[in-house]
Amino acid sequence: MSEHAVAAPAFRVERWTWVSVAFTGGLTGLVALLALGPVLLSENSQNNLIQLYFLVTLAVMWNALAGYGGLVSVGQQGFIGIGAYGAVFFSLQHSLNPYLSMLIATLIGGVVAIPVALVVLWLRSGAFAIATWVIAESFAILVSLDPNPAIGGGTGTSAILPFNLRYTPEQRLHYTYWAALGTVAVLLVLLFALLRSRVGGSLQAIRDDEDAAASVGVRVLLGKGILFVIAGAGCAAAGAIILAWQLSILPLGPDSIFGINWTAKMIFMVLVGGIGTFEGPIIGAIALYVLQTYGPNGGVWYFVLLGGIAIGFALLLPRGIWGTIQERFDVRLLPVGYRLRQIGGAR
Amino acid sequence: MTWVSAIVHGILLGGVYALLASGLALMFGVMRIINLAHGSLALVGAYMSFLITEHLGISPYLSLAIVLPGALIVGYALQRTVLERSLRAGPLVPLLTTFGLLIVIANLLQYFFSPDVHSLDEGSIGLKAISVSNELAIPWFDVLTFGVAVVVLVGLQLVLRYTQVGRELRATAEDADTAELVGINARAVYARATAVAVATAALAGVFYGMRSGFDPNAGASELLYAFEAVVIGGMGSLWGTLVGGVVLGVAQLVGAQINNEYFALSGHLVFLVVLVARTALGVRGVGFRIRFVRRSVA
Repeated sequence: MSEHAVAAPAFRVERWTWVSVAFTGGLTGLVALLALGPVLLSENSQNNLIQLYFLVTLAVMWNALAGYGGLVSVGQQGFIGIGAYGAVFFSLQHSLNPYLSMLIATLIGGVVAIPVALVVLWLRSGAFAIATWVIAESFAILVSLDPNPAIGGGTGTSAILPFNLRYTPEQRLHYTYWAALGTVAVLLVLLFALLRSRVGGSLQAIRDDEDAAASVGVRVLLGKGILFVIAGAGCAAAGAIILAWQLSILPLGPDSIFGINWTAKMIFMVLVGGIGTFEGPIIGAIALYVLQTYGPNGGVWYFVLLGGIAIGFALLLPRGIWGTIQERFDVRLLPVGYRLRQIGGAR
Repeated sequence: MTWVSAIVHGILLGGVYALLASGLALMFGVMRIINLAHGSLALVGAYMSFLITEHLGISPYLSLAIVLPGALIVGYALQRTVLERSLRAGPLVPLLTTFGLLIVIANLLQYFFSPDVHSLDEGSIGLKAISVSNELAIPWFDVLTFGVAVVVLVGLQLVLRYTQVGRELRATAEDADTAELVGINARAVYARATAVAVATAALAGVFYGMRSGFDPNAGASELLYAFEAVVIGGMGSLWGTLVGGVVLGVAQLVGAQINNEYFALSGHLVFLVVLVARTALGVRGVGFRIRFVRRSVA
């Protein structure tokens, strides 16, 4: 050490900035305002917002896996399908309230994720991706082979009956709207709290460098396991909401509830918004929503565009929209990290 | 079909899967990336063969004279445009870009060829079979497919072991940086590997297309079967992919023998069992490594 040691610069750890306080407060206010949707908005806008809410849910869940766990799952549609079919099963077979059935199906998604995690979490990148896909395909085939009339085998099933039994179409719209908004809000708060907790620190370490994190004692598998279970439940919740929104579901084919197209949408949203950022997937979901509303929705060119744009972002703008903004302007709207600010001296 | 014939046909079906798997394994062995568009590229090969047979009135076998060189060029271009950039961007990006390709290819095929099932005509050989007993007849076409798979695998093995190109490939697979130090152009090696991988995929796609019908979404199942063959085969040597393909083929046809609908499911099940067993035995994901390189002990 030099005798003329320069005084060590003083730092303070910063989590909240006035921008992020204002924004987080504003977002909370916005959610409260959106909760008034069924009173204030037309039926059409409510339908559109439900769609946006489940897209945000899916994007946030996929980003939790890929952005924080380094897990590229190509099989989350398996959990979407479990959520939708679980909700049908309990409401049709056991005559439970459809919204209660959706909640049960969500929990089942989380429970099913545990054994799946035990099989796939040992695998790295590509092997993990394909293994999750194989498992999702297996779920789909099993469902399509189920002769139970509530499940409907390969021809699919519908939740019209249990909903119409208890609710008018208007009530169904309102309750589904609240369920979708509530799901997004709960999952965002949960993930925000998780990422700011001690576990969150280790997750962000895993994201940045898995091997280095493991070498300083971060329990990598536990962190990934927690993410995988949350994502399983979250995607099942989204699946249940998709069911309540479109009522009829099919088990097989790329466009079905177990279809690979869901993964295409999730990858698009996360890549466009900004992988590994908290805010990115929300922006990505809005981008997809805009594309669906003003461009082709469904069909061949929609998916060609989706895949093409995703490739373009992966290669040319790998941090996505929000990651790039964050880097350039150094802003955090929803602070999940820590930043060091030098006190005094040259900034 | 009896059980014996299910097993025999399963073994022969394994040839197609080994053929599909070899390219996937080659790319993974050299670049450590799993090309999620591999099955889709195989499918493109089948559709190109379909176009050529329709327009030129030649057989799918002859169409290979156009399809295979085309596939080499496509593979080379794919590496130089998309994959090379992906590789530089970290381990997750190649998965994301190749998945994007999978979606784009499936939907473009649907646009140009409709969602209907297409098939390729395997010619008069499709009608001939070796009849072993009343219950067991082995179609000559299946034997041909299996033979092609073995020839391709042996060919790849010989090229890797004994040629300059093969030595460069092995050296780059071991350690790309060191290989560059001794004057190997790793980028060119990668491009060659992908070109060969796409050509084997296209070849597999054409044979797959002659065996059974295909639609624009068949690329996904072809990818899954190829990958399952690689994992079941274990060590990932070229012969491992053949063993894996055979086990997968047998599992599928034995499953189908129980119930027609169990064809894909029983293959998935065997794959998952192997995966769990490998984990339980301590062969972790990190150890998942495809070795084309048989290290010579000096």
